[in-house]
Amino acid sequence: MARYPTAFAASAALLLSLALASPAIAAPKVHVVVMDKLKFGPVPAGLHVGDTIRWVNKDLFRHTATARDGSFNVDLQPGASGTTKLTKAGMIAFFCRYHPGMTGKLAVAK
Amino acid sequence: MIKAFAWAGAAALLAAGAVTSQAADINDAQIAHIAYTAGNIDIAAAKQALAKSKNPKVREFAQEMVRDHEAVNQKALALVKKLGVTPEDNATSKSLSDAAAAEHKKLAAMSGAAFDKAYAANEVAYHKTVNGALDSTLIPGAHNAELKSLLQTGRTLFGEHQMHAEHLASALK
Repeated sequence: MARYPTAFAASAALLLSLALASPAIAAPKVHVVVMDKLKFGPVPAGLHVGDTIRWVNKDLFRHTATARDGSFNVDLQPGASGTTKLTKAGMIAFFCRYHPGMTGKLAVAK
Repeated sequence: MIKAFAWAGAAALLAAGAVTSQAADINDAQIAHIAYTAGNIDIAAAKQALAKSKNPKVREFAQEMVRDHEAVNQKALALVKKLGVTPEDNATSKSLSDAAAAEHKKLAAMSGAAFDKAYAANEVAYHKTVNGALDSTLIPGAHNAELKSLLQTGRTLFGEHQMHAEHLASALK
């Protein structure tokens, strides 16, 4: 009667330790940034090199998401979406080439 | 100075409209007409630039003006249809159209870099004029909430275009 719970606890502990270790080998994630009403929506936290940003243009207008350092660029018609990959760590400023008041920053960790 | 002059008459009329708007009560049908006219004027100016300019920066800017203003005007047409409002011609629309016709004629006589600079400078002046009108007269004067909201979108757009036009104008110096 005591055996199973012990085995269960042991395997649970093993799973937990694997789960705790997993951030170091986390699979790349996909984060969403929405463009609407001539603004970029909130930028998600916890970005890492290797992650992907999915840019979703919900606006009436065509927009780009263009990194100031040239590390990414995507040009989207109204209603379209597209992805860019984070290739370097640091604070990466981005803007829309058509509407220069549309700006944002991505804080990317290694 | 000369560039701003073309829009001075229209700007003065729009400002006068602002002063008297409470009393004169500019109506939504007139506001819709002014906003639609303002968009069309910029589309026409952009098409002139696309026909005349070979500068890639100028052409990209002009294409953006056509694209964005057509999007807003389509939305505006759908809205007035939904609201059952028939846009109503008025002195402000006429003044904007007259100033635009004069500007179009002036630019038609130019070519090359001189045209590019004059077009960019005019785009700065024009967007400033319309932004002033949106802030002082059109947005405060709009009664219908959906029309007001569309004008606010238009205001944000015109603000972006003004900034882009300023960047373009300084890049052409």
